[in-house]
Amino acid sequence: MKNIAEILNSIRPEFDFNNSKDFIKEGMLDSFDLITLVAAIEEAFGIKIDGRDIVPENFNSLAAIEALASRSGRKK
Amino acid sequence: MNLLYHGRKISGILSVLPSTISKFDDEAGNYSFPRDKTMRLKSVMGFNEHRVVPEGVCVSDLCVFGIERLIADGKLEKDSIDAILLITQSPDHFMPPTSNIIQGRLGLKRDMICLDINQGCAGFEIGLLQAFALLDQQEIRKVLVLNADVLSRKTSKQDRNSYPLIGDAASITIVERSGDDIPIHANVQMDGSQREALQIPAGGFRIPATPATAIMKDDGSGNIRSAENLVMNGQDVFSFVMTEVPPMIQSLAAYADTPLEKIDYFLFHQPNKFMIQKLAEKLEVPYEKMPGNIVENYGNSSGVTIPVNVTVNLGERAVLERLKVCFAGFGVGLTWSSILMDIGKMDFCYSVNFE
Repeated sequence: MKNIAEILNSIRPEFDFNNSKDFIKEGMLDSFDLITLVAAIEEAFGIKIDGRDIVPENFNSLAAIEALASRSGRKK
Repeated sequence: MNLLYHGRKISGILSVLPSTISKFDDEAGNYSFPRDKTMRLKSVMGFNEHRVVPEGVCVSDLCVFGIERLIADGKLEKDSIDAILLITQSPDHFMPPTSNIIQGRLGLKRDMICLDINQGCAGFEIGLLQAFALLDQQEIRKVLVLNADVLSRKTSKQDRNSYPLIGDAASITIVERSGDDIPIHANVQMDGSQREALQIPAGGFRIPATPATAIMKDDGSGNIRSAENLVMNGQDVFSFVMTEVPPMIQSLAAYADTPLEKIDYFLFHQPNKFMIQKLAEKLEVPYEKMPGNIVENYGNSSGVTIPVNVTVNLGERAVLERLKVCFAGFGVGLTWSSILMDIGKMDFCYSVNFE
């Protein structure tokens, strides 16, 4: 099973997500990337992310995305 | 705002779909994004195929075609039409009203009302509510609610935000008084402060069309369009729908004292497949009760997606059975509205291809 960092890299392989302070402000993820990412995370972890949680601030860092996945039911 | 009506019915729906099918696989090369990135969105968003009109085809062409078909099929008598409500955002001209053009082209009687309403994604509900109100007048017996748009003509083919999903279509919904007293519950909300989330910036009186407004530009994210093209802030629209639509439906169901599980179908506007699935999950409604197949097979034709949803997914069932359905539309304005009503035992419910 892929982890979230691997999923991010598969969606935007041209960016180094480890060296970013804010994925959104730095233009690394657009709105369609968020949707692609949500679909991939849901499939990878067998969870459903609430539509109201699909907002840029929940995707601006790896920690934020990890927290969202956990809130949405991902088991540690 | 909650609204309540009695003694109204939908007695028939016809959808008119352009014959021209545009396939996403063929269009992917038009976008300035890597092909593999674009193709990843295909199944999630429902980028498959959509119906678009040939160059030069206008809203009145689709509507006249559909009404003539109904007359030819014996479903409608020309002189029985007391009102035409056309809901569109792509009128043939600024003036006269396109509903008058349709009346004139069909040679309908003069003793009637023709009215254009500028609404989009919630246009089916807005049209029905206006028709219900017109039927308070005893001389008005039959109202034609025409939903029609040809917005592919205003959408850049290099805009991956909008073009893969845009569809053209028209529908003719006949609304009449019914003999029963079954209540129809509705809700309408509007928020003009978010009007720029979906718009065509230039070409009206505020910013008239000029050579400068026709220049195609990259919007900074790789989508190329002019100021005369439709532009959508996808993130804002998505957040608005997820925030406002589920509570509207729950509130409507409570107002009608009808639990969601008693509703046979949730026939919603379909901006994209992902959004419909998220709405179904939020409302805990099975996907099969909230069909999401229109946008991926016909496109998002604004206010016409709901009637197309009915004719494609229910079709003959809407003639043979009675069903409790919830309609909901949401988008440009911003506007969001919903109606909970019984439909069925219609005189007709089918789709035709525009030739």
